[in-house]
Amino acid sequence: MTEMRMREALRDAIAEEMRRDPDVFVMGEDVGVFQGAFKVTEGLLDEFGHKRVRDTPISENTIVGTGVGAAMAGLRPVVELMTVNFSLLALDQIVNHAAAIPYMFNGNVRVPMVIRMPGGGGHQLGPTHSHSFEALYLQVPGLLVACPSTPADAKALLKAAIRDDNPVVFIEHESLYGIKGEVPDGDDVIQRFGEAAIRREGADVTIVGILKMAQVAEKAAAELEEKHGISAEVIDPRTLRPLDLDTILDSVRKTNRAVIVEEGWPHGGVGANLSTLITEQAFDYLDAPVQRVTGADVPMPYSRRMEQAAIPHEENVIEAALATTEGAFPRKRQD
Amino acid sequence: MAKVPDRQICLELLGRMCLIRRFEEEAGRQYQRAKAGGFLHLAIGEEATIVGTTSVMRDDDYLIGTYRTHGHALARGTSPDAVMAELFGRETGTSGGRGGSMHIFDGERRFMGGYGIVGGNLPLAAGLALASQYREEDTVTVCMFGDGASNTGNFGETMNLAALWELPVVFLVENNLYGMGTSIERHSAVTDLSRKAEGYGIEGERIDGMDVLEVRERVSHHLEEVRTKGRPSLVEAFTYRYRGHSAADPEVYREKSEVEEWQRKDPIESFIRLCLEDGVLGEDDVEGARREADEAVEAAVKFADESPEPSLESLYEELYVVSETMGWYAVDERSPEPHRGELGEDAPEVAKNLAESGASHAEEARERQSREGVRE
Repeated sequence: MTEMRMREALRDAIAEEMRRDPDVFVMGEDVGVFQGAFKVTEGLLDEFGHKRVRDTPISENTIVGTGVGAAMAGLRPVVELMTVNFSLLALDQIVNHAAAIPYMFNGNVRVPMVIRMPGGGGHQLGPTHSHSFEALYLQVPGLLVACPSTPADAKALLKAAIRDDNPVVFIEHESLYGIKGEVPDGDDVIQRFGEAAIRREGADVTIVGILKMAQVAEKAAAELEEKHGISAEVIDPRTLRPLDLDTILDSVRKTNRAVIVEEGWPHGGVGANLSTLITEQAFDYLDAPVQRVTGADVPMPYSRRMEQAAIPHEENVIEAALATTEGAFPRKRQD
Repeated sequence: MAKVPDRQICLELLGRMCLIRRFEEEAGRQYQRAKAGGFLHLAIGEEATIVGTTSVMRDDDYLIGTYRTHGHALARGTSPDAVMAELFGRETGTSGGRGGSMHIFDGERRFMGGYGIVGGNLPLAAGLALASQYREEDTVTVCMFGDGASNTGNFGETMNLAALWELPVVFLVENNLYGMGTSIERHSAVTDLSRKAEGYGIEGERIDGMDVLEVRERVSHHLEEVRTKGRPSLVEAFTYRYRGHSAADPEVYREKSEVEEWQRKDPIESFIRLCLEDGVLGEDDVEGARREADEAVEAAVKFADESPEPSLESLYEELYVVSETMGWYAVDERSPEPHRGELGEDAPEVAKNLAESGASHAEEARERQSREGVRE
């Protein structure tokens, strides 16, 4: 184990895969000379040179499309889009091309590429640089969607994404780049897609959190235990497509309550989707309606005060967890 | 005027152009009979641009096109049976019935697909060319698109990137004078599209896309320039489609006389005249080419008609590659394993069936993977 920041874990993942496979290369805006807008690609240009670490013009749709074409010819591009908001400029290539091509050509060609994009709020970047589009990408058949919340997962998932033969949308959270964590040593530690992590075991309520909200959920769970005597199980799905629904359902069948936490918008969100899946497949086990904690239904405001109000915090998660358990525990605990 | 090539080449050019013409006419007929669905974009009138181009490409060069590419696949050597079967939505089609008329693909012949989004294939072409450059191969990508695509953001982005990175692409505009129903002077501020190359510092040339020999000569020149100098170029082939944009086009935007005027310059008839005058081909050869095209297309319709519909069990196949890094997928997010607490009656029947079908897809895909190995 080595302690490192998430950005370093991501960089190591890319560097190790580039050393392992000469077909892996990186391209994106300012990934080379500038060393990456968020310094994830720092040092890669020095080691691998301009052929494999390619600075591009600001042309999102063409950056992704060029990656798709290169992947169709057998290379393994790791494309960086500077933020998830900018990825909307490439939505045509991501949805109409990368995701559709393998299927529409009947598996006669594959698109083994990774599209990395950081998002999320908290840095006062306002309504064009702060959003969370996990729900948008999770909707698209043909894509894999990763959303790591720890340095170890970030590294192991990115390595799996690069080795995988499907197009992967790899969503990172800007606020997590600096967090530190223990990362297993070794070039071949990969995290398979579709395997959730149980971050904390509990008996009374299941809290599912993604990206930064996995961490918020963990903190909220600690406080629920401490202040309210409620034992929360915290699950981080790690990937949204495929989704490890089994682990979530197993937990809900045990706790009979669920809270889903995400930073994205409420309508048609990750929580809306997961809440439906839980209701469809574990309805009989639920003792309370599934609760969602989401970002506010507005474009992200700039003002620090307003922005913080638009992003979920521990207290919102605690409130939602209490709502699912309201009236249940005092009786249960008196027994 | 370009020199008339030898007999073998003339027969080849004539044969391919006749095949495309005949195929497209028949596709239109089959569409009216509702054998082919969706949209149907026919390339009748554009045969010389297509065949002239493919006839000078190497087998290992990449070709990528638009939603009007039945002919491009045929010109590349794809069997008319498989293309017609794709129009019919059959299992034996080039895309197994998943793509349809707009999405023909033949990777074996490096026809890297037809694409339904105007301008969507341009970045893909840059990517294919990047792969050639990356591997230090001297293959060239020919990217064909319509005049309408020259107004998209992708055009500007991709031309810039390709010029900047010196990617080996011949960008070939099939300028048929209309972006769907909007004529070029109503859709493009600069109507000489070859001049759009200037903004990217690359060579641009306008050619007569109705003259198969001129297309051959000029595209051949550009292919070799790109191959040796490693810089993209832009070729604008002036051509015309006799039919509407798609089969669902009432053609209110143009006069019949305009169509007739272009038909007088018909690429096939004028090539036949030239060959007969030159003596390189005789009437027998022309008759033979037409008969062969008739027979091939008749056989293609029969083949498509007799081919099976895709099985519904295959609906989820080919969506994902199941492998070590992604072990399974299922429509309802269930894993193939039994689920705690819902073995037996407590699983609703529908959900159980869904889970089982998901599991079987994953299983089949996994088996296929281990049989065929992961694609290199």
